[in-house]
Amino acid sequence: MNGLLRIALKLLLNDRGKFATLVLGITFSAFLIMQMTSMFSGVLYQSSANIVNIGAKMWVMDPAVETPQNSIPMPDDVLDAVRSIPGVKFAVPLYVGAGLVKLRDGTYQSATIIGLDDATLFGRPKIIAGNILDIYKNNAFIVVKDSNYRMLGSPKIGTSFEINDHRAVIAALAHTSVPGLFGLPTLYTTYTRATQDMPSTRYMTSYILVQPKGAADIMPIEAAVKRLGYLALTDRQFVARNDNFYEYKTGMGTNILMMTLISFIVGLSIAGETFYMFILDNLAHFGALKAIGAKSTELIQMIMFQALVVGFLGFGFGVLLSSGLIAIAKIRIPNYAAMVTYGTLLLAFGMVGVISIFSSYIGIRKVTRIDPFDVFRG
Amino acid sequence: MILTATGITKHFGEAQSLTYALRDVSLSVDFGEMLYIVGPSGSGKTTLLSIISGILRPDAGRVVVKDRDIWSLDADSLAGFRLQTIGFVFQDYHLFPRLTALENVAIPLILRREPWGKCLADAGKMLQIVGLAQKQTLAPVKLSGGEQQRVAIARAIVAEPDLLILDEPTASLDGETGRKIVAFVKENILNEHRAIIIVTHDSRIYEYATRMIRMEDGRIVPGQEAVYEK
Repeated sequence: MNGLLRIALKLLLNDRGKFATLVLGITFSAFLIMQMTSMFSGVLYQSSANIVNIGAKMWVMDPAVETPQNSIPMPDDVLDAVRSIPGVKFAVPLYVGAGLVKLRDGTYQSATIIGLDDATLFGRPKIIAGNILDIYKNNAFIVVKDSNYRMLGSPKIGTSFEINDHRAVIAALAHTSVPGLFGLPTLYTTYTRATQDMPSTRYMTSYILVQPKGAADIMPIEAAVKRLGYLALTDRQFVARNDNFYEYKTGMGTNILMMTLISFIVGLSIAGETFYMFILDNLAHFGALKAIGAKSTELIQMIMFQALVVGFLGFGFGVLLSSGLIAIAKIRIPNYAAMVTYGTLLLAFGMVGVISIFSSYIGIRKVTRIDPFDVFRG
Repeated sequence: MILTATGITKHFGEAQSLTYALRDVSLSVDFGEMLYIVGPSGSGKTTLLSIISGILRPDAGRVVVKDRDIWSLDADSLAGFRLQTIGFVFQDYHLFPRLTALENVAIPLILRREPWGKCLADAGKMLQIVGLAQKQTLAPVKLSGGEQQRVAIARAIVAEPDLLILDEPTASLDGETGRKIVAFVKENILNEHRAIIIVTHDSRIYEYATRMIRMEDGRIVPGQEAVYEK
């Protein structure tokens, strides 16, 4: 390492009080930024669970639907109309709704019921025990063994209970990649059984899952569905629509943004103030360095290096703390919606970067303005 | 001649508050000299020292150090020139309190981008010369005033400058320690390849000067120059 940077590092590390305050301030800020944004990422991710788990390329829905948590049933003829659109390889109905499960001990538990197309079982989960074909047996349901599985009393194959006063038997256990947001257990069955057993409304098709023949067919299908008075979205568009709903229409996004900004300002204040004090403490010595022959650019390098060191350390500790806390929370609360993503890391890194640049900037301003003559004048 | 300053003028402030710190001062310093600039506070000693060492730009006049007109250099070149040619001992020492004595002494070499190991080795030798070999790992706050002064001297000479400048070197020291320090500088650091300029108003150390000039009201007082045996 360059000798000057080594000196800069020693000046920083040996002032233990200020060094600790600087690192703690940035750690605290990075931790809060990471925590806020990770929680929001987790919420967005888990709220898109059905889209990811079902895995359809395109989804047709009522235009008023903004999130997969709330579907508006469509008439059966929409399915036929969608199937007749050129470019559609196949289209199948999907039922998504809530059922009330009466457990053997007499208690009730809400559950998400997903009804898959009887003929294709398109969107089926990965089976980890039993056979997918057992879904066709009488009263058969497949239970997802996720963090909410125990809410149903940890049923095994053959376990029976009631769903909306209909008998249900567990035919298989399945795994899905993303747990739901609201902490409800998930049961899969056929579309026919789901529409028979669930409280019936005039229309029962929650979504139509579409497989386009090719990527070029997506836009024409979207246009054709729009002419039918419905909305067709690719899975990514549906995720983005869901994200948009949580970000801008629930107030959650605004709150998270405000908390993130407050965390940023807190970090900026602590780090900026402490770094300024650190520079003030050494200002006369920096002046002496200038008198001896240090160039302003060399002093700037030293200060920026110091700010970078505390920035990187604070960011590292903040990420570590946040990730650790999320990991512990996920052990204690399996459905805990928080997720560290590259996006959250990048955002926190950017904000810590701004804190470091700001802190070094005020130090640099002070140091570049000091006149070595002041060192002689005392 | 290592240094020639001619017609140096410097003022501070504007209009009503205009004050002339130096008025047409000329000065020459030869190799092997230990020149004292003495005079009362406000006489312009520190201003003259700052100008001849390339720290404060004069309003008028010329300063030539080792055949270089230093005020014709740009800021970076001047900083480099100071680093190569001039060693400073400040009145308040200005040692970094968070560095060891050894690291403080090594700073001019570090600024010259010499390898870290060599910087520390040379600094160690210099501390040995000033009699602080046993205290090189201590922070300046753990050293006495005289020891701190010696660390500052070691830092000033570690890069072997041609011109050594000491600003009030005995101001923070008791009489005995002050005399010892200046005697040490004269005996061990002054040589025929180097000149030393000391600004002081401590008459107890006058005896070590090879030449002394007196300043008053921004001028060198004529007829008050004293030349002693080198």
